[in-house]
Amino acid sequence: MHLKSKLGGAAAAAVLAFGLSTAAQAQMKVGFVYVGPIGDHGWNYQHHQGLLALKKALGSKVTTTHVEKVAENADATRVITKLASTGHNLIFTTSFGYMNPTNKAAKRFPKVTFEHATGYKRLSPNVSTYSARFYEGRYVVGKIVGKMTKTNTIGYVASFPIPEVIRGINATYLSAKSVNPKIKIKVVWVSTWYDPGKEADAAKTLIDQGADVIMQHTDSPAPLQVAEKRGVYAVGQASDMRNFGKKAHLTAIVNNWAPYYLARTKAVMDGSWEQQDTWHGFKEGMVKMAPYNSAIPAEVVKLAEDTRKGIIAGTIHPFEGEIRDQSGKIRIPAGKRADDGLMAGMNFYVQGVDGTIPK
Amino acid sequence: MSVDWLIPAILTIVTAATPLVFAAVGETVVEKAGVLNLGVEGMMIMGAIAAFATAVSTGSGFLAVIAGAGAGLLLALIFGVLTVYFQSNQVATGLALTIFGLGLSALIGHSYVGKTFEGLAKLDIPGLSDIPVIGPLIFGHDGLVYFSVISVIIVAWFLNRTRAGLLVRAVGENHDAAHSIGYSVTLVRMGAILFGGAMAGVGGAYLSIAYTPLWVENMTAGRGWIALALVVFASWKPWRGFLGAYLFGGITIIQLYAQGMGVEVSAQFLSMLPYLATILVLVVISRDSAKARVNAPACLGKNFHVSV
Repeated sequence: MHLKSKLGGAAAAAVLAFGLSTAAQAQMKVGFVYVGPIGDHGWNYQHHQGLLALKKALGSKVTTTHVEKVAENADATRVITKLASTGHNLIFTTSFGYMNPTNKAAKRFPKVTFEHATGYKRLSPNVSTYSARFYEGRYVVGKIVGKMTKTNTIGYVASFPIPEVIRGINATYLSAKSVNPKIKIKVVWVSTWYDPGKEADAAKTLIDQGADVIMQHTDSPAPLQVAEKRGVYAVGQASDMRNFGKKAHLTAIVNNWAPYYLARTKAVMDGSWEQQDTWHGFKEGMVKMAPYNSAIPAEVVKLAEDTRKGIIAGTIHPFEGEIRDQSGKIRIPAGKRADDGLMAGMNFYVQGVDGTIPK
Repeated sequence: MSVDWLIPAILTIVTAATPLVFAAVGETVVEKAGVLNLGVEGMMIMGAIAAFATAVSTGSGFLAVIAGAGAGLLLALIFGVLTVYFQSNQVATGLALTIFGLGLSALIGHSYVGKTFEGLAKLDIPGLSDIPVIGPLIFGHDGLVYFSVISVIIVAWFLNRTRAGLLVRAVGENHDAAHSIGYSVTLVRMGAILFGGAMAGVGGAYLSIAYTPLWVENMTAGRGWIALALVVFASWKPWRGFLGAYLFGGITIIQLYAQGMGVEVSAQFLSMLPYLATILVLVVISRDSAKARVNAPACLGKNFHVSV
């Protein structure tokens, strides 16, 4: 016990000491809290790209601070509080697990503005939430993987059973099923967002069990690399991961946070910031597709692009009824589309997905 | 369901266990000499980046492993100088070493993110490696896997059957006694610390050039801590550490396979299983508390200071 408490304290102290060394005199100070390393080439990397774009656009008008690898526990509370008490006017907390720490800090620091990614709690007027409609990207990808698989089996490396991840699995399955009725989806939960070794092991497992397209909802490029080595296809996560497997990389769902970060920072600067719950997709440019692999036949690329354009135009919706859950119960009636509330709380697999969601 | 998946599953288990074997076997020697180095994670990650950088620039897996060992050894040297010569607190210094290693590797590795390396070549003996079942299982690994097994044999033999090994244990048991009969506690401990560092470095190298041949920050993802725990639960015996590493790796992989096959057990429980099972098994083997106390180095974590 003694050792453990020492350990946690030392790590947090180090995080604070390393992370908060960029204080300066500018009036606009923006803080970012990341759950993993910027160098993950995935989730955190893309948030940091947003920070860099912000700095580039606003130059000396803004000072930014970022703290990496902040665990989703008491460390998060400490880091967020520290940022709020050191003159940051706007703080982006970029992981689901920061939801309670963010709201706690917002209550304590009513003059500081908070933006929490992927959460749903806005307990004080100075907290907004934002997320991207990644499921739109999954739906486009579903068309491609449904057409590209020879074994009719998609392997899916999943992190934690939260609605965000479940929605992605459902969107992929529904889309792939629409172009390939024989499609099966195998899901393996690794219970981590980031552990290259374990993610690779999960990908190997799935390939051994017949999957020839690997998708992932974890942050490292390791599954893609395994796919490259084993000669199967894969889809990048969060950022363009082409470099880790040129043959395997079909495309990637890219998170593009830059426009949102810029808009919100400007809003705080000119006083127009208001609490909101943002959920942007292809239309607003928060979700993008990486370039398509040349191995994908032209008609499949066209199918994918038509799907993407259809989503932007509003003629296609990934969760359009009739959609049943595994027990056969109708969740979205024919002709209806899932509303944001249903999608945000999605905790069921659609009919046809094998296995059960870990409770 | 056929058993076709069994051989690939075992191969995956071997890759999952090997980095742990290296790190645990190295740390066993360090702790047997009475030093607790909590910097395993830091030394591993430094080994990982050094090996990956070398592999990318030279294309040689062999040089990469040497570089990994060297990087781990250098980091261990810092730890050794601080704790053995300057008497700094071993727990604090070890923790600092981990944090330092993670940070420095991220800094050095910055330009290596996104680079790729073919991966360490698998042993391929014409004829032998092609035998069904036995071929891939016994002759189908990369060189480091064999090296990890050999290192366990050598360390077990060294600690229990050689005079030098006895000296290492003596220093760990009672440094004052070892000193009073004329042995250099400082030199023995430095040697053990450097060996442990080099082994942790090789474990890290295995991650970045064989397990997942790429560089991303923090890619050890806590394996150094698992190796540390294995050493204690294995009651400082190299063979038990080896067993623990394979048990841990094995259950990690089997639970992934079970999920892929649709076994209806909660994924959270399955994720917990490797930790639970490894601790249970190792505690049961070492349940004789009297023997366990004998195995634990009595001077573990205590600094040695010559008082006249």
